[in-house]
Amino acid sequence: MLPRSRRETTRLLFLISPSLFWLTLFFVLPLLLVFAISFGQRGTYGGVRWNLTLENYGRFLDPLYLRIFGRTIVIALTTTLICLLAGYPLAYFIATRPARWRNSLLLLLMIPFWTNFLIRTYAWLLILRDHGLINTLWTGVLHNFMLWAAAAVPLPLWDPLVSATASPLPLFGSNLAIIIGLVYGWLPDMVLPCYAAIERFDFSLVEAAQDLYANRRKTFLRVILPLTMPGIVAGSILVFIPSLGAYVTPDLLGGAKSVMIGNVIYSQFMSARDYPFGSAISLVLMAVMLIGTLLYFRLGTENEVN
Amino acid sequence: MSEYAVELNKITKHFGPVVAVDGISIFIHDGEFFSLLGPSGCGKTTTLRLIAGFELPTAGQVFIGGQLQGDTPPYRRPVNTVFQNYALFPHMSIYQNVAFGLEMKKTPKQETRPRVLDALEMVQLPGMEKRKPNQLSGGQQQRVALARALINRPKVLLLDEPLGALDLKLRQAMQLELKALQHRVGITFVYVTHDQEEALTMSDRIAVMSEGRVLQLGSPEEIYDRPANRFVADFIGETNFLGGTIRTSGPDEWVVMVDGVLPVHLPAGEGLRVDESVTVAIRPEKISIHVEPPDSRAVPGVVAEVVYTGTDTRYLVRLTERTMVTVRQQNIGVGPAVRFPAGVQVHLHWRPESARLLTA
Repeated sequence: MLPRSRRETTRLLFLISPSLFWLTLFFVLPLLLVFAISFGQRGTYGGVRWNLTLENYGRFLDPLYLRIFGRTIVIALTTTLICLLAGYPLAYFIATRPARWRNSLLLLLMIPFWTNFLIRTYAWLLILRDHGLINTLWTGVLHNFMLWAAAAVPLPLWDPLVSATASPLPLFGSNLAIIIGLVYGWLPDMVLPCYAAIERFDFSLVEAAQDLYANRRKTFLRVILPLTMPGIVAGSILVFIPSLGAYVTPDLLGGAKSVMIGNVIYSQFMSARDYPFGSAISLVLMAVMLIGTLLYFRLGTENEVN
Repeated sequence: MSEYAVELNKITKHFGPVVAVDGISIFIHDGEFFSLLGPSGCGKTTTLRLIAGFELPTAGQVFIGGQLQGDTPPYRRPVNTVFQNYALFPHMSIYQNVAFGLEMKKTPKQETRPRVLDALEMVQLPGMEKRKPNQLSGGQQQRVALARALINRPKVLLLDEPLGALDLKLRQAMQLELKALQHRVGITFVYVTHDQEEALTMSDRIAVMSEGRVLQLGSPEEIYDRPANRFVADFIGETNFLGGTIRTSGPDEWVVMVDGVLPVHLPAGEGLRVDESVTVAIRPEKISIHVEPPDSRAVPGVVAEVVYTGTDTRYLVRLTERTMVTVRQQNIGVGPAVRFPAGVQVHLHWRPESARLLTA
C-alpha cells in the first residue's frame, strides 16, 4: 500500500466514521458483551454473576452437548453438500440458457422465497408429519394398492411391502426432516453465487479443452470446475453458516428428538436463563464457523486466477 | 490413404433458417498453407468449426487424413485449433497450458517436459513456463496458443483469425513467422481470415468465400490477377470497374464500349457475343498515365483528384460522365510526386491482358 500523509489518514477516518460507529454499536459491543458474559456465572434468579471462570466452556465438553454439536456439524455439512449437488447443476442450467430466459428463471427460483420463512417451514411440517401429505399417500393409496395386489396375485413378495406401508414413515422429527427443511431454505444462497461464477465463465475455454483431447468429464474437472470454484466457495459458506446456527428449522421439523446447537443456545437464554453458558456455546460456534470458513476460503482461492 | 489432409465433400450447414455453409467442396493438400478468406458472415469460421468438430454438417462429409469424421467429437479428431481470442486457460501456468494436450493423451511425464520446453522455444518464449496467461502480452499469448496446439503434432492446424487482435507491425511480423514455422513443421495449416493481404502473404492456396459459397479457389496470384467474378475482384485488393457492351469481337482482341462512348481494348474472351453487357476490371497499379497517347489503345481522361500517400500517388481520372478510375503510380524517385495536377488532360494506358472481362 502507498504511504499516506497524516492528513489523508484523518480524512479517511472521518469518512468511514459513520459506518465505524454503527459497527461498533451493533456488532462489536454486543459481541464483547457476549464474550464477557461467557466468563460469568448464572445468578440464582437468572442474572449474571461477574466472576471470572472457565466453567461454562468446561460444561460444553459434556458428551451430551458434544453429541448435539457433532450432529449439528454433520447436518450442516450434509445440507451444504446436497445444496451444492442440486444447486450447481441448476445454476449451470440457468447460466447456459439464452440471455433473455435467465432472469425469468432466476425469478422463478426466488418467488417461493418471498413467503415468510416460518410459513414455508410449517408447510414442510404438513408434508412430512405422520398424517401429512407423504404419509397419507404412503399408508393410504400405496398401502391399499399393495393389499389389492396381494389379493389379486398372491405372491410372498407382497408381504413385506404390505407391512411396510401399514405404518407411516418416521419422517417428522428426524435429522432427514431437518436437512430437507434446511436444503429447501438455503438452496438459492447456493444457486446465486454459482450462477454468477458460471455466467462469467468463458465457454470458449470448453472448446479449447475439447480441441486438446479433453472429453466432457475432463473438461469439467480441469477447466469448468476450477474456474467456477469461487462461486462454489461463496455458496457453500452462505449455506453452511446459517445451517450451523439453524434454530427455527430444527425446532419445527426436528421435534424433541433431533436438536441442533441453535436450539440449545435458545433454551439456555430463554428457558434455563443461563446467559453465561449460552454465551459460551455461541462463542464456540462462532469460532468453529470462523476457522471452517478460513480453511475453506484458502482451499478455494488456491485454484483461483490471480 | 488419401493424398488430401482435409477433404470437404458438398458440406452444408444450417443454423435454423440461416444457411451458413452452402454445399462447398474443398480439397486441401498435405502440408499446404490453405486460407479461407471472406467478409464476416461468409461462412469461413463455420467451415473451420466443421473441420474441428465443434459443429456437425447438416449434409456432406468431412474427411481428415482420408478418415471420414461423421459425428466424431472434437476431442477425438487429429486436429488442433488456435482460437481467435487464444482461449488460454487462465488458472493454469504457461507450462500447464502447453502440456494440456499431452496430459489428456496420457503422454509420460518424462516425455512431456522436453516437448513443452521445445514448443516454447519454437515460438520464441523460452523461460515463460511459470507465468500465468494474464502476465503475458497479446502477442505472447498468441504464441502460447500456437505452442499449445503444435505440441500435439496434429495432422492439421486450424487457425481462426489468430492475428486479428494484434497491432499492424506485430501482425506483419507474425505473418512471416507463421509462414516460416509452417514450412519448418510441415503441418497442414487451414487459416481463416478476412484480411486479404494476410491471405495473399501467407497462403499456398486461397478459397474466397461469400454467403456460404466458395467463389474462387486458387493460388494468391490466380486470385489477384484472374479474379473469377466481380465480388472476388472487389474484395481482393483494389479494382476499377468499367461497365460497357462488347462492340466488336475480333479473333485476338475485343473492343468494349464503356458507357457507350469510350472504346477499351481487351484480349479476346470466350462465349460472349456482340452487344452483351460486361464489366471490365482493371487494377489501379497496372495503369500508366501519360500526357501524349503512347499508342492507339490509350484512353483519354481528365485528372479530377490527386492524393499523395507517401509510397504512391493516386490519381482519380474521369473517363466519361459516369466513370472514374483510380490510377496508382509508385513514387520510385525523389522529387515532385504529383506530375499531373487536377484538371489536366491525360491518357491512360495498360496492357490488354491486364484488364479482365467479367460478366457478373
